[in-house]
Amino acid sequence: MTIQTELQDAVRAVLPDVDAVLGWGPGPDPLRSAPLLIRKPEDADRFAAGPLSVNNLAVFLPEYKGRKMGIVVKGCDSRSVVQLITEKLVRREDVVIIGYPCEGVVDVAKIAAKLGENLEPGMVEGCAVEGGNVRVTVKGRSTDMLFTEVMANKCAICRYPNAVLRDAFVGAERAGVAHDEFADLAEFEKLSLEERFAFWEREMSRCIRCYACRNACPLCVCRDHCVATSRDPHWLPQADGTRDKLFFQMIHAMHLSGRCTGCGECSRACPVNIPVGLFKRAQLRAAETLFAYRAGTDPEQTPPLQTFKMEEPTIKEREW
Amino acid sequence: MKSGTKFIAHADLAAWLNELAALHRVVAPRAEGASVVYRDLDPEKPLELFRKPTESAKHVLFPRSEELFSFAYKKPAFGIGKAGAKNDEQPTEPPKLEVTPPADPVPTIIFGMPGCDAGGVTTFDPIYNGRRFPDVYYLKKRDATILIARACNDVLSTCFCTWVGGSPANRKDADILATQLPEGWLLEPLTERAGAVMGSALLKDGAESQAEAAEELHAAAEKAIGRVPDLKGSDDALLALFDDADFWWEQSAGCIACGGCTYLCPTCHCFAITDETAGMAGVRLRSWDTCMAALYTLEASGHNPRTQKAARLRNRVGHKFSYFIRNNEGTISCCGCGRCIKSCPSSVDIRRIVLDALAKASKGKEAANG
Repeated sequence: MTIQTELQDAVRAVLPDVDAVLGWGPGPDPLRSAPLLIRKPEDADRFAAGPLSVNNLAVFLPEYKGRKMGIVVKGCDSRSVVQLITEKLVRREDVVIIGYPCEGVVDVAKIAAKLGENLEPGMVEGCAVEGGNVRVTVKGRSTDMLFTEVMANKCAICRYPNAVLRDAFVGAERAGVAHDEFADLAEFEKLSLEERFAFWEREMSRCIRCYACRNACPLCVCRDHCVATSRDPHWLPQADGTRDKLFFQMIHAMHLSGRCTGCGECSRACPVNIPVGLFKRAQLRAAETLFAYRAGTDPEQTPPLQTFKMEEPTIKEREW
Repeated sequence: MKSGTKFIAHADLAAWLNELAALHRVVAPRAEGASVVYRDLDPEKPLELFRKPTESAKHVLFPRSEELFSFAYKKPAFGIGKAGAKNDEQPTEPPKLEVTPPADPVPTIIFGMPGCDAGGVTTFDPIYNGRRFPDVYYLKKRDATILIARACNDVLSTCFCTWVGGSPANRKDADILATQLPEGWLLEPLTERAGAVMGSALLKDGAESQAEAAEELHAAAEKAIGRVPDLKGSDDALLALFDDADFWWEQSAGCIACGGCTYLCPTCHCFAITDETAGMAGVRLRSWDTCMAALYTLEASGHNPRTQKAARLRNRVGHKFSYFIRNNEGTISCCGCGRCIKSCPSSVDIRRIVLDALAKASKGKEAANG
């Protein structure tokens, strides 16, 4: 039995206890899967987990308050579920978590960059991932790519490839990487402050204010009551200026301090490829270095900004 | 081939666009990282005329956020501000409101828009040129803009313009159709407006020899989209499913309810109005709004008739493939560009939803007929 059929069985096994199971199914083109709502045993036939299972399905859990749901998770997704439980936004007893050893997911933008001149992902006719190789077919011609070269950035620094919290686990656990050195941030911070600002002005000028970054975030839980669109009070201008748009990104990132698990969905969801996840990476590093806190790794822990200590063990105020 | 068809060599294209830019604002697609966006022509930066623009061109005619007017309250001079007045004198008149309309739009050319984007503009026209309320902001820009569509030599797996009456070589909605050939571009004038920009010495006659090659490309692209399902009856099918909560739950389960689909869409045309005020002055803005957002239907009473994303997705699909059709003499308000599918973070596929609705409706009919 392959891990695929085992996972399908695991999904079918929890169906009698839940309203539905959230998983991944076939998408509109060979490079993409789509979230799949599994309600009947035969729905599970279309379920597949693998390198195209990019969506973090934890984003849907708060919608189902008061109902019992099953969810299939990658390691990173499981951290979002844990953080939702930690923050009491989802009740542990309302969710059945099925994990598997994730080997990483693709970044379609990276595949696009390797397709060659004048080609784009929408022209891809086939995609097969085998071993460490991704074979992409465009206009009848196949191109081989190394999986590690087209894998999402987060996968190369993944410390938790297995679900950190689960009710069922299919397959053998994989080892994660030991450290995240925040090399991406270090690289970005080589730029001067002026260069960084120019970078964001350029990037944000493409923003169409669709708020896919916000809605793809499992921990952006204000949902219909977001500060960005509130009219009364009218917090944010609706102008199309780059600074107006950057303003929202700052608010979004700050509200995720000590909560973001680094799932990267904000960047992935952006239809115009603005790397907004970089703001959250800075928050992640701050939470780790200031509070030794890694969100979504333990449902019992308290997020650093939701508590108060007279003296933080990692902040040596007296030595200042 | 239309009379007046011209040809321009690849090497001359930039020079021609620069010529046009002397008298027009020229907007054309440009690559920025993995995205392709419409930008004002910059001779230093190359155009992207192969890959499909990530966004539609609608923001040129219907800006993401547009100043309707600026305003300022001017207080009449009183008290110490007025010569010879006493310090405790009170104003006798209320502050005066001064309103300034925005400057008129400049003549504009959109070059290199795929045919579907031109189709989007044609969907906009009757909406903003309503018999009772013609929209001066849109119409002024529309009158000042010439659309140069490019025929799509390649189509994407998400393209479905032929399903909704369009074509990769769209001669219906643009002023000029440009076809990219190995040696250069074939430029077919489609409207009288085209004449204004086709007088350049860089454009050559004798394009007849290229016409056949262009037709072959057009036919190949149309064929590449493949089977064209019959969408007739989508309006009835979607209305019949209006209250089918189960159907809409399943269709919307993967949707994250962002507004990406509607903002990338060439035909979505909804807006909201806000006053952005600082002190005694401000601007009234009209900015894009989306039926995928909660605020869209929030009523003044505080009641919101659409609390679930399922109802919002139903509205997006229903409006395009049902309600709009009924209110606009059979026109589908979708041009089949496929951006809502291509760029959806959750791979929601509007084609799938419409086809599922049609299939469900025909099944229902069969059952009723026994």
